[in-house]
Amino acid sequence: MKKYILSLTTLLALFSSTLAAQTPAVAAPKIDSGDTAWMIVATAFVLLMSIPGLALFYGGLVRRKNVLNVFMQVFILVATISVEWVIIGYSNAFGSNPIEALKPYIGGFDWAFLNNIGINDLSPYFISHSQMGANGSTVGTIPHIVFIMFQCMFAVITPALIIGAFAERINFKGFLIFSVLWSIIIYNPVAHWVWSGDGWLFKLGALDFAGGTVVHINAGVAAIVTAIMLGKRRDYKRHAIPAHNITYVVIGAGLLWVGWFGFNAGSGLAADGLAANALMVTHIAAAAAALTWALLDWIIDKRPTVVGISTGAVGGLVAITPAAGFVGVTGALIIGVVVSLICFCMVAYVKPKLGYDDSLDAFGVHGVGGIIGAVLTGVLATPAIQAAYSGAAYGNLHQLRVQLIAVGTTIVFSGVGTFILFKVVDKFVGLRASDKHEAIGLDETQHGETAYTNFD
Amino acid sequence: MKKIEAIIRKSKFEDVKRALYDAGIEWFSYWDITGLGKSTEEQVVRGQVFKSGYIQRRMVSIVVRDINLEKTITAILDSAWTGETGDGKLFIYDIEDTYRIRTKESGPEALYNKDETTKN
Repeated sequence: MKKYILSLTTLLALFSSTLAAQTPAVAAPKIDSGDTAWMIVATAFVLLMSIPGLALFYGGLVRRKNVLNVFMQVFILVATISVEWVIIGYSNAFGSNPIEALKPYIGGFDWAFLNNIGINDLSPYFISHSQMGANGSTVGTIPHIVFIMFQCMFAVITPALIIGAFAERINFKGFLIFSVLWSIIIYNPVAHWVWSGDGWLFKLGALDFAGGTVVHINAGVAAIVTAIMLGKRRDYKRHAIPAHNITYVVIGAGLLWVGWFGFNAGSGLAADGLAANALMVTHIAAAAAALTWALLDWIIDKRPTVVGISTGAVGGLVAITPAAGFVGVTGALIIGVVVSLICFCMVAYVKPKLGYDDSLDAFGVHGVGGIIGAVLTGVLATPAIQAAYSGAAYGNLHQLRVQLIAVGTTIVFSGVGTFILFKVVDKFVGLRASDKHEAIGLDETQHGETAYTNFD
Repeated sequence: MKKIEAIIRKSKFEDVKRALYDAGIEWFSYWDITGLGKSTEEQVVRGQVFKSGYIQRRMVSIVVRDINLEKTITAILDSAWTGETGDGKLFIYDIEDTYRIRTKESGPEALYNKDETTKN
């Protein structure tokens, strides 16, 4: 996301030194109201993706006895991770570590409780716009707090995505403890590697505009690990259990699509041409992927399904995420078509063959889609969007290598980390819901409520 | 008095409703039911095709006077028919008594209005 802070800094330094010859006084940096207004809206959009977008998307796909449990899981993560984020999350992910050896891997605690961050401080992170700060450093054009809140929404949605893997069979207490620890131990470090100025993958030059690696691969890999370790639902017979309310699925997918404009077009941290490009490629990739999935349904299974087109759209949105600031319309079309082809094969053929129960295809769509997006970013990144970045298709094979390293380490770290964390939480708290609770449904047994009552 | 319970195809519900109305049966209850049986329906979820054993049908429940029994049965049998497996079933029960709550009348008169055309 912040990949080119460094190059911009040098550029700016050169530029300002020539400028300094004529005008010695540097104007005090200030908040740009246009950028700030857009970023506040984008932040709200990303929240909209979690509640109600993802909650409806996942809630519609489960059976009626578990819909409230899924809504509650998403809702409580919004609340809990937001609190975690201001206490230590932001500092761990984006702060600087006083211990030199740990700098590339995890942030420190200087910004715990958002300590020392004033309301008029400018964001130290920026992509498109930057200005000279007081002590020669460079700063962005939006308040630091807006950046923190924007990133908060990303931290919230990532563990929420994993819900799709273990839906309908996890006990709520175990789920909550696991998810919060996962966020602290897995999400925050990976966000630090890829997005913070000190991060080792950032320094290596890995491209992840809006979170393909940090959000989708990270959550997707954790999803398949938890799905396998938790075991199948008792009545899972190697085929999907039909959705209880497909209208919810469609509304959820629609809200995800809208919210994704904030997710991707906001990740430029400014209201400018790059944001416009991100918006355009996000929309086109989602459209291409939705269309591809519908056609696959139509050709292979004779009828285009509504769950299918919604899934395709989400797959396209996932895959374009890392690429949104680096590819143009051609890249978006290719990514959209390819992601649907591969994800369709994953959930229709590979998953039943292997027999693991990824209830709502959190891995099949988010994990696989994220990997395809991150790798294709290394192929299709075009200098026409950002001059400094090009992929293998434009002669820069090195970028593809870096992308593969970033994807590989994220898979290994998230996979191993999730495995250990799962073992520990399972031992001390217990993660699997009892057979009886699973049969009755988690709405009634975990929350004492049912979604569809017979009362007037 | 008899009670007729018929399990019919959802697709034939409108036809049955019209046939009953034509036969003078103007009120009845119905609800959607799910059952198991020989026929299966193919379902596709995210590219996975599988046979679902569940069969969706509609249950119609009617209470009639004995004089109306024959034509009600005929109306349902004719209107719910397609000739394919799965057209449904029809059950007849004896009804011991009937009360109309508003007037507290009991017996067959509770099923129809003397001054109106309702004829159940």
